[in-house]
Amino acid sequence: MEIIRYSEEHRIFRESVKKYLEKEVIPYVEEWEEAGIVPRSAWKKLGDQGFLCMGVPEEYGGLGADFLYSVIMTEEMMRTNHGGFCTFLHSDIVVPYITAYGSEELKKKYLPGCISGDIITAVAMTEPNTGSDLAAIKTTAVEDGNDVIVNGQKTFISNGINCGLCIVAVKDPKIDNPYAAMDLYLVEEGTPGFEKGKKIPKVGLHSQDTAELYFTDCRIPITNRLGEKGSGFVHLMEKLQQERLMCAIAAVAMAEYMLEITIDYCKERTVFGKPISKFQHSQFEIVEMATEIKLGRTFLDKLIMDHMEGKNVVVEVSMAKYWTSEMANRVADRCLQLYGGYGYCEEYPIARAWRDIRVMRIFAGSNEVMKGIAAKFMGL
Amino acid sequence: MEIIKYSEEHKMFRESVRKYLEKEVVPHIEEWEEAGITPKSAWKKLGDQGFLCMGVPEEYGGLGADFLYSVIMTEELSRTNHSGLCAALHSDVVVPYITSFGSEDLKKKYLPGCVSGDIIAAVAMTEPNTGSDLASIKTTAVEDGDDVIINGQKTFISNGINCGICIVAARDPNIENSYNAIDLYVVEEGTPGFEKGKQIEKIGWHSQDTAELYFTDCRIPVANRLGAKGSGFLHLMSKLQQERLMVAIGAVASAEYMLEITIDYCKERTVFGKPISKFQHSQFEIVEMATEIKLGRAFLDKLIMEHMGGENVVVEVSMAKYWTTEMANRVADRCLQLYGGYGYCEEYPIARAWRDIRVTRIFAGTNEIMRQIAARFMGL
Repeated sequence: MEIIRYSEEHRIFRESVKKYLEKEVIPYVEEWEEAGIVPRSAWKKLGDQGFLCMGVPEEYGGLGADFLYSVIMTEEMMRTNHGGFCTFLHSDIVVPYITAYGSEELKKKYLPGCISGDIITAVAMTEPNTGSDLAAIKTTAVEDGNDVIVNGQKTFISNGINCGLCIVAVKDPKIDNPYAAMDLYLVEEGTPGFEKGKKIPKVGLHSQDTAELYFTDCRIPITNRLGEKGSGFVHLMEKLQQERLMCAIAAVAMAEYMLEITIDYCKERTVFGKPISKFQHSQFEIVEMATEIKLGRTFLDKLIMDHMEGKNVVVEVSMAKYWTSEMANRVADRCLQLYGGYGYCEEYPIARAWRDIRVMRIFAGSNEVMKGIAAKFMGL
Repeated sequence: MEIIKYSEEHKMFRESVRKYLEKEVVPHIEEWEEAGITPKSAWKKLGDQGFLCMGVPEEYGGLGADFLYSVIMTEELSRTNHSGLCAALHSDVVVPYITSFGSEDLKKKYLPGCVSGDIIAAVAMTEPNTGSDLASIKTTAVEDGDDVIINGQKTFISNGINCGICIVAARDPNIENSYNAIDLYVVEEGTPGFEKGKQIEKIGWHSQDTAELYFTDCRIPVANRLGAKGSGFLHLMSKLQQERLMVAIGAVASAEYMLEITIDYCKERTVFGKPISKFQHSQFEIVEMATEIKLGRAFLDKLIMEHMGGENVVVEVSMAKYWTTEMANRVADRCLQLYGGYGYCEEYPIARAWRDIRVTRIFAGTNEIMRQIAARFMGL
């Protein structure tokens, strides 16, 4: 049985994405990894293809496509084996805040650019001393007439350098209750007082322009707030389910990719006179990885369906985020081992995959936070 | 989404099975565990309820029920936390050999008794020196007119003492090719030359009458052969998929049961002034177990649907058998740890569950054999 019933249109879409990425992305990955950033022109080209923000309603220039298009896009992007071109962050995590909570004017102003690739988006929650404990952020937003003045520092912001638009989580210092104090504001690149800091050197995701962001008396119109005053925390909570689901989708797709290339390698490369794949130990390694991947795939696909049906799957999504990312990490490490010395060399794709996958256990809420959430909602 | 769509009838059946087991099985388990065997009368009672061999066609006294009734029965029996009344082995592993491959005469002769519980069935493949490498069994069957004479020894035979009929795998010593030499014969209890040996003392499964069986010039009618001469190996191969699936069903159900009772315990029992369930470590343990169980459940349910749809899922069933049993073993061990000293005491059900689950990684084809089968069918 197929848990997700992809239509013929979905399949055609997957093929066309795959072809496009092979031609327009994969040949440039090495260059982007060296540069530590993906050029904006690559985003623009992707937008020209109609591959960005496909879920945005047609009235704002989108396709109003179902969530499975996002799933397909993310899966195929993961198979390009690089972390720079983080389209799902833009299309399926950041932009949905605008679509869901933005005023009519904000939607009209920004969504068409997000779809065309002229505007790359980021979301700034994390601060140097505040990660998953969101309620403790220190960045402030103080109203001043029709404006709001933002002060504070954000870090680990993906698309931080490229972003033309950043959603910033802030709190009103006059409100004691941290949950009621929080709001989300849109801040445009180039706004006085909004400075992009240095790109952060990382263990992996080299082509991803992760950066620090600084806000110093940064004045923006109060109308750039997403939703009602004090609704920021609730908005974040509502959208984090999809963010974490996207991580799980990416993790399973990465694991599938890594195992595929490793099986190919093991069948070709010989040692002691026979292919690596003919040794019982290698076979068991591969079978165990394939089993875990299939378990993750089945659980994930069911969860995608549940998510699309609008079910409350906060426990299961938390479980999926932690388990699939840990599974993908195990797979990366075991695959690298099967490659032997070559696996440690940049020439072989498993090397990059191995170092890139590590951060999945940390971002979008650390895996420990995932377990904490699941425990809470399980009534423990 | 629900992967298996149980009907209202299925749900009512589950309720009635559960009630029956609570009343007629659970109160006797300690006694059966002490005795090392489950009395035949308990089987008979189960048959009286119509709970045995429900898949047998109506013309032979069965209900012609779908496979989901077997799934429900097996899950509910697993939750009684004992192994003696091994209905899945009888109803869903052994008897299907007769239903599928038996002559009309054999079906008419034996099936009604199997359905009513008057006949308990066993299958004898394993020998002292032959487990999963079935082709090397030594037990012989030599034709002599209208009879066949069986000689050999079998071991680790579940229901070995209770069995009224036994399906015996034996080889024709005149045929060299092992795969063509093997046949399956139905041997009745009491046939001269068929002796039940000693009941084997085991780490767990204390209420299960696992035994050695001896065949010494045991003469049975050649008409007791299941299917055409030389078809035994194929028959075994074709039925092992369901056998292994039953093991996975039992393993997931046991894991669910163990976690449920452990969560209850952790919420009640206090230490350092608060319930065990309020400690972060315990919460993470429970969440991790719950996650693995949900992964196993989703994978298993999909597999049940595919098995019912007649799909070839030999790779996935092999994966499911090894992974779910290892998962259930991990769950047993972590649950026992959460119980602390009480978990090591017979008074608490986790103690028996912990020792009983161990064998699931060995029987129905060891987990190493499962990996080997998967590797072969994956083309490694």
